[in-house]
Amino acid sequence: MTAVQLPRRRALRVPVAWRRPAAIAGSVVLLAWVLVALLDPLLGLQDPLQQSVGDAFRAPSAAHPFGTDALGRDVLSRTLWGVRSSLPLAVALVAGSLVVGSVLGAVAGYLGGAVDEVIMRIADLVFAFPTIILAMVVAAALGPSLLNAVVALLVVSWPNYARVMRSLVLGARGQEYVVAGRLLGAGPFTSLRRDVLPNVSAPMLVLAMLDFGNQILLLAGLSFLGLGAVPPTPEWGSMVADGVTQFSSWWLATFPGLAIFSVVVAFNLIGDSLRDALDPRTAGAVQGSSI
Amino acid sequence: MSGLDIRGLTLELGGRRILDGVDVEVPAGQVTGLAGESGSGKTMTGLAVIGLAPAGAKVSGTVAYDDGEVRVPDLLALRPGAMNRLRGRRIAMVFQDPTASLQPMLSVGTQLTDHMRHHLHLSRSAARTRAAELLERVRVPSPEAALKRYPHQFSGGQLQRIAFAIAIACEPKVLIADEPTTALDVTVQAGVLRLLRELTDDLGLAVLLVTHDLGVMSAVADTVAVMRNGSVVEHGSRFQIITDPQTAYAKELVESLPHTPPPGTGEGEA
Amino acid sequence: MTARLSIEGASVTYRQPGRNVLTAVDAVDLEVGAGEVVGLVGESGCGKSTLARAVCGLEPLAGGRILLDGEPVEKLGLRPRDPRLRRIQMVFQNPYASLNPRRRVGAQIEDGRRVAGGGAPTVAELLDSVGLDASAGSRYPHEFSGGQRQRVAIARAMAAGPDLLIGDEPIASLDASLQARVAALMRRVALERGASLLFISHDLAVVRVIADRIAVMQAGRIVEQGPAEQVWASPQHPYTRRLLAAIPIADGLGRLPAV
Repeated sequence: MTAVQLPRRRALRVPVAWRRPAAIAGSVVLLAWVLVALLDPLLGLQDPLQQSVGDAFRAPSAAHPFGTDALGRDVLSRTLWGVRSSLPLAVALVAGSLVVGSVLGAVAGYLGGAVDEVIMRIADLVFAFPTIILAMVVAAALGPSLLNAVVALLVVSWPNYARVMRSLVLGARGQEYVVAGRLLGAGPFTSLRRDVLPNVSAPMLVLAMLDFGNQILLLAGLSFLGLGAVPPTPEWGSMVADGVTQFSSWWLATFPGLAIFSVVVAFNLIGDSLRDALDPRTAGAVQGSSI
Repeated sequence: MSGLDIRGLTLELGGRRILDGVDVEVPAGQVTGLAGESGSGKTMTGLAVIGLAPAGAKVSGTVAYDDGEVRVPDLLALRPGAMNRLRGRRIAMVFQDPTASLQPMLSVGTQLTDHMRHHLHLSRSAARTRAAELLERVRVPSPEAALKRYPHQFSGGQLQRIAFAIAIACEPKVLIADEPTTALDVTVQAGVLRLLRELTDDLGLAVLLVTHDLGVMSAVADTVAVMRNGSVVEHGSRFQIITDPQTAYAKELVESLPHTPPPGTGEGEA
Repeated sequence: MTARLSIEGASVTYRQPGRNVLTAVDAVDLEVGAGEVVGLVGESGCGKSTLARAVCGLEPLAGGRILLDGEPVEKLGLRPRDPRLRRIQMVFQNPYASLNPRRRVGAQIEDGRRVAGGGAPTVAELLDSVGLDASAGSRYPHEFSGGQRQRVAIARAMAAGPDLLIGDEPIASLDASLQARVAALMRRVALERGASLLFISHDLAVVRVIADRIAVMQAGRIVEQGPAEQVWASPQHPYTRRLLAAIPIADGLGRLPAV
């Protein structure tokens, strides 16, 4: 029996993350978007799909606070409905590439040898093509739909994560505490799970948070090419893509762009706080002064 | 008195008092040792004196500087620009890890001549000649060739000699050496300690030597100041501090050393 | 008496790309008896840490063999370490890297106890034996000083009930005032639990105090070994003499050590 009681760690620590002002701000923004997504039908918005050619390219006004697009559709309504496709897709995409890339990168870095060679050469192969071109090829092969666009982007995104994870694991596996664990009999799986991964999770988390904006815009690229969101489904990325060509109608790209921006910033704020909170060295100190 | 005179040096960082009224004199031509455990504030004292305290630190007290030509009543009161002109020119530093204190991407020659040209307004060739002389002075073998090489091509001991050459290049009057031999092997350390003593005597340097190693203190320091919790608890000659410490803490520090008879009776001593 | 650890003509080499083969450990013979404390001293790059890693199975041997109680030590591969070899434990040099920063100290000592199986002392007893409070177990490594962390690392290694404890420069990163104390602690806990100790250090003055025998290593070879007092008082090999002469002795006389 152990005389020292060891409290469960997660239960104790994660809530600390949300005591930080940055995390609160980020969570409020995200929560607001989730509420908007759930309550869209109840908000009394105009139909986001309803076209009115006579009202095309109207600047923001009382009737259309965010203006109207080329087909006279209400931009406010499309932006608020757009969260329904953009947010879950981006989350799925980032989470998917994070998991796939991390697992492959960690295995490659820890085991080394032939396994490492195979995984990293495949990653190189993906890197060799421009991201959007390769995503287009995969998406085209699978057929146009948002789900297929996500799969296509997953295929092109995981190597980024695998690369970073591999180098982090390579650096961490030689650490004395990892070796000490092996000397006490830990196999590779235990060693990775217990000693390596917790100590490399912070940069991966930050990478994922920074990747959100990128992924939303890539999704938009595919939608723009007709391989992602099928028109007229409102989706932020494609709205921005449509809008940027219309210089005189600034509101077309600005408002969905701000929506993307708010989500990206929210994730970054949460990511930073999560990183600090997961690290026992900074968990106690709110807004860590460097140690 | 020429040298440094540190009075009531106090440093607060993030609400914590790291230095609490340090009083110590660092006279010219002498090595003044600053001993103590890690966290006692000895390194911070060195940094605060040369104006390199960490950002956000509140420093008070006075550090008087006097080398016969230049007299500054309080270094801490100088504006950053004025301090910069003094640092490197009249007050130099040597740190613990020579592999980290030299820039890996620049040749030794460049690192040696840059600040000479800046502070002393020497021409490129004059600076080069002087650099070679300096390397010879600190006994780096084949100085001319060494100037063209990069830090990674030298051993740790050679790098620390080069760091000393850089430090004395502009003929400073005060040298702050923070654990300059801690990262070195014992046989290499012996050479560097000799060099330090020699430079002190020949150039009349006022040396503030920060080290936790009382053996090193005993070898090169003239006086030893023992620090604890941000202040000097005892300051005396090396012989008095090591053989007859007056304060309880200094006693404890000396007694923690392994009690050793001189090694290699007869043959080991040169 | 058979030695607990016998190193017989062991060599470790590194192949450097584009350069010659580097022999880090060159046909070393060394024995550590049961309940014996052997100090291995030498300067950086002499191969003493590589030898320690080889004894733990972390470096493949290019020649010779290493035996624990007469049975060979195999290289640690991807599989979990052979339970027989878990009786060799190590305390590392850097107290800031040798504990997992994300896990509580108690949990890390617990890893060691699991190796020992039934009869292991409790975490509190182990912490007590290295001079730490039982409450230390519920704290994280960053809450400890370097010296305290090294004590935790010693407790973790001893929790496994090793027959051979290796210290790879365990005091090099500590304050001078702690070095002798931590070294003496390692000797005490190892002998109390019937383990042998191979203590590796560059500091002859400290090794002399805790070791029964001293081996001096230079450029991959052991140039001299013998009883501690004998090596200290009448060194035979010129390198040992040079090493001893270079030690600055704290006598307050201002004598510069010989180069």
